[in-house]
Amino acid sequence: MKWPVQLVAGAILFGVFLVAAIVSLGWTPHDVTDLNIAAKLSPSGDGYLLGTDHLGRDMLSMLMAGARTSIAVALVAVGIGIVLGVPLGLSAAANRGGLLDEIIMRGNDLVFAFPSLVIAILITAVFGPSALNAIIAIGIFNIPVFARVSRGAALTIWPREFIMAARVAGKGRALISAEHILPNIANLLVVQGTIQFSMGILAEAGLSYVGLGAQPPTPSWGRMLADAQTFFYAYPRLAILPGLCIVMTVLGLNLMGDGLRDLLDPRLRRAMK
Amino acid sequence: MITLDQINLSIGGKPILRDVSLRLQAGKTLGIVGESGSGKSMTALSIMRLLPQGAELSGKVTLEERELTALGERQMCAVRGAEVGMIFQEPMTALNPVQSIGDQVAETLLIHGAASRSEAARIARERLARVGLTSDRFPLDRYPHELSGGQRQRVCIALAIALRPKLLIADEPTTALDVTTQAQILGLIRELVREEGMGCLFITHDLAVVAEMADDVAVMKAGQVVERGATDALLHDMQHPYTKALFEASRHCPVRIPQMDEAHLLEVSGAVRDYTLRRQRLFGPRPSFRAVDGVDLRIRRGESLGLVGESGCGKSTLTRAILGLEPLQGGEIRLDGQTVTPDMPADLRRRMQVVFQDPYGSFNPRHKVSRLLSEPFHLLGRPADLDARIGEVLEQVGLSSADADRFPHEFSGGQRQRIAIARALITRPELIVLDEAVSALDVSIRAQILDLLAELQHRHGLTYLFISHDLTVVRAITDRVLVMKAGRIVEQGETEAVFNAPSHPYTRALLEAAPVLPLAAE
Amino acid sequence: MPSRMASRDASLWHRAVGGTNVRPMIHYAATRLISLALSLLAASLVIFAVVEVIPGDPASFMLGLNASEDTVAALRDDLGLSGGLLERYVAWVGGMLTGDFGTSYTYRVPVSELVAARLWVSLPLALYALALSTVIALPVGMLAAARRGRPTDYGIMGATQLGIAVPNFWFAMLLVVLLAITWPIFPSGGFPGWDGGIGPALRALTLPAVALALPQASILARVMRSALIETLNQDYIRTARAKGLTEGQAIRRHGMRNAMIPVLTIIGMQFSFLLAGAIIIEKVFFLPGLGLLIFQGITQRDLIVVESVVMLLVFAVILVTFLVDLAYALVDPRLRHGR
Repeated sequence: MKWPVQLVAGAILFGVFLVAAIVSLGWTPHDVTDLNIAAKLSPSGDGYLLGTDHLGRDMLSMLMAGARTSIAVALVAVGIGIVLGVPLGLSAAANRGGLLDEIIMRGNDLVFAFPSLVIAILITAVFGPSALNAIIAIGIFNIPVFARVSRGAALTIWPREFIMAARVAGKGRALISAEHILPNIANLLVVQGTIQFSMGILAEAGLSYVGLGAQPPTPSWGRMLADAQTFFYAYPRLAILPGLCIVMTVLGLNLMGDGLRDLLDPRLRRAMK
Repeated sequence: MITLDQINLSIGGKPILRDVSLRLQAGKTLGIVGESGSGKSMTALSIMRLLPQGAELSGKVTLEERELTALGERQMCAVRGAEVGMIFQEPMTALNPVQSIGDQVAETLLIHGAASRSEAARIARERLARVGLTSDRFPLDRYPHELSGGQRQRVCIALAIALRPKLLIADEPTTALDVTTQAQILGLIRELVREEGMGCLFITHDLAVVAEMADDVAVMKAGQVVERGATDALLHDMQHPYTKALFEASRHCPVRIPQMDEAHLLEVSGAVRDYTLRRQRLFGPRPSFRAVDGVDLRIRRGESLGLVGESGCGKSTLTRAILGLEPLQGGEIRLDGQTVTPDMPADLRRRMQVVFQDPYGSFNPRHKVSRLLSEPFHLLGRPADLDARIGEVLEQVGLSSADADRFPHEFSGGQRQRIAIARALITRPELIVLDEAVSALDVSIRAQILDLLAELQHRHGLTYLFISHDLTVVRAITDRVLVMKAGRIVEQGETEAVFNAPSHPYTRALLEAAPVLPLAAE
Repeated sequence: MPSRMASRDASLWHRAVGGTNVRPMIHYAATRLISLALSLLAASLVIFAVVEVIPGDPASFMLGLNASEDTVAALRDDLGLSGGLLERYVAWVGGMLTGDFGTSYTYRVPVSELVAARLWVSLPLALYALALSTVIALPVGMLAAARRGRPTDYGIMGATQLGIAVPNFWFAMLLVVLLAITWPIFPSGGFPGWDGGIGPALRALTLPAVALALPQASILARVMRSALIETLNQDYIRTARAKGLTEGQAIRRHGMRNAMIPVLTIIGMQFSFLLAGAIIIEKVFFLPGLGLLIFQGITQRDLIVVESVVMLLVFAVILVTFLVDLAYALVDPRLRHGR
């Protein structure tokens, strides 16, 4: 089997940040809560590989821990979307045209009618800003995305004859959805999951930039950008490094998504024809 | 008029056509007949030079002294539509859904600069009328979705002949259509060829159609022309063994030993099935549509009953009700005296199985054959000897028990249909519903499957409900036949009697429309 | 379980019954309009409920910690905060229907005035960004589709891949450093208002609009490309080619209109994203838009402002969805005819 170039490149790119995030759980070059005002805004070198920020924290450690925050928030948000959205989409498809379908789809439209950032702002207003609330805000938005994708995909499978054969065998809608529909749309969900993952990274960065995400001292890329804004002209490094981290993580995930689509799609299409 | 000389075609290095040479005269029809993968459509696309990417073509195509193969892409564009017109198999998708039919016909004229806008509209009107779409019922601003399949194919013909091309290529133009519609479209093409004096290259898998349509025939197999000649001569004196095999398979009639019981196994009485439709007006009542309208049907144990009808007649709806998948709004269905409903007991469900049309869509592509074959035991519980039974049914349908470990995509279309039959057999049912079970198969494979069905019926004393639009097949395998139209049974009787002396006008129309293969001189 | 066959039967029936051309279009628009109204109703309920559970009492917040209970209660009455849930919900919705959005707790001016002033920043910004994104993305997407599989296509796809990955507020910061500080072509922030003429106002909105448009244009270009390529595999393109159209003509005359359906969907979604996504960009550029108003409203517990702005944003999204639905029907006759 030939692996698509995009998939390999994306996986390597994302892999770097994933490893950094995992390593940061146990070790970072410096403690991220360690303020060394004396060494603030120092350039790279001097025991600080990428220099320090305006409070004298080690940039590399901050970036590693920031990767952890971003990836964790986006991953859990995708999980929420899949765990709640996919069953909703599958049951809507199984009851196509029925009341349940109507309720689920109208519910979806309702969530879509709230711009995601507005949801985040409202949630923060209720519960106060935190990484958890960022997860909820992003996760809520993921639910209708997965519901819609899985409903659409399931509807293309339902009219097929092997579903009819399962019904002749006396299988119910729930069992058919789990046994016949879900495995046949899993590829699509993996691709969509990658896309939502990357969008989650962007959303988390945006939320923490405006102060609605992870709160200090938990490092996050968006927060670092917000802090760096005033120093941008004088110390561009402070803003460019976290920005590049976001770009490369998102790029890696998107490339993986495209590569996975190329890898899975033709085979899926051939198998389903 | 058009000559193909030593055409060779490969796509991505894979040879598709080998040394295809053909000749067609003006005002004549050349039929190309062959099974799937024979290269017949690729021959047509080679003339049009509308080949997929990576195609390499060699040889010469000459249209009235002009060598088409020497033309550049720009010059080919001037030839397509103006000198060579083409119609395709699937009229439902061949037209742009967001453009009116008038615009689509006029476009042929406009693109070749043959007429001004207003004149193009006038000619489009005239060409549409020529193919039978008159201005009173089919104004130019109709959209494709407002037309039936046959009407759409007429639009396709109108836009293909708008500039009176010298050659019309018809690639399986009636395969997707019902038999009566097919007869009308075939008649139209014949008339156009005769009256407009164009040549027609007619591609089909159906020998009977080609016998009716073509002056000359070329038989293709695996990218090569194996035999060609004048239609009558060729059909009466076939030389090539493949032609003979194709001919035999097309009219194959399996040997069947009658074994009918007097007792009725399935009884449908007064069945009614309504569907609720979308509202016509806001807050208006939801209209309903009666798909099955008071159908009575009885099948004796061991009998083969045919149910024929065109698409939309309600036969599929009736099938789903008989299988207990959807409830009836009136009447009842009984299997061996017990009422069939969506929540009938498991053992009743076991006694009735089904084989579908599509050998590709019938199986979950992610399950192995063993798992596919055990699915019917869902409600019954797995028997202790499941593996043995899987091996047994696989062997009964001509496969081996080792095939249980393979995935469906590892099998050919014909083999998959055998697996579908094995799945229907594994619960040892009494009634098997064959829903267009051989319609998607090439004729040679179809003949084998028909033999298999006849043998299994004899061996297990099975009862068949054979649902099909294909009259030849129904005639070959059934004892009695029912003709369905608009939700009702309009005629029923012994198969031979109905075919020889149909009493209902609709049955007569169906039988007259069906192309018949001439008897070969032995 | 409605099956393919059933819907086919139904469509045959529809064809037999026939329909005039005008009525189905009105029917379609009316159905969409009802769904618009229902969505608004549902959204208003959700917003009202969420704002209800936001902790913190505006009256005590305004009067400070030392206020007596009586004064707080008096102010609550004054602000319309006493009374039952239903009563207050009805008053709020009823007010909005008559154009009365209530009075801001902090500014003591009608909310409608506050919102109107901010809307004149946020709405032009969103439209500006949408126009930029569409004008750039559609031709680029078409070009990539026409050159698919060739270097131009790979170049465009690579660039859009990068464009999607760039966070817009970071891109905005880069733009400020480059085009406002290093080369001071545009102002680095703030908004002079429309009174000083269109020129300065547009100049102030240009960098924010570019920052907003870049990721959106990248997404839209990719959608345009794939929608066009998708139509290229359709049978009607083959029919068109058989008529003598060149590949380019077939794309322009047949592919384009069919590809517009997914493209319209994305454009509609982008408008709502731009209106709300601007909240972050407004922060980068210190623009006095709706985003800033929401943030202030939340911190100062000026809940009536929060409610109204959120409702307005949601209304805009739902309205755009409705307009996109109508646009579908213009593009696709099948929808016009109620299928």
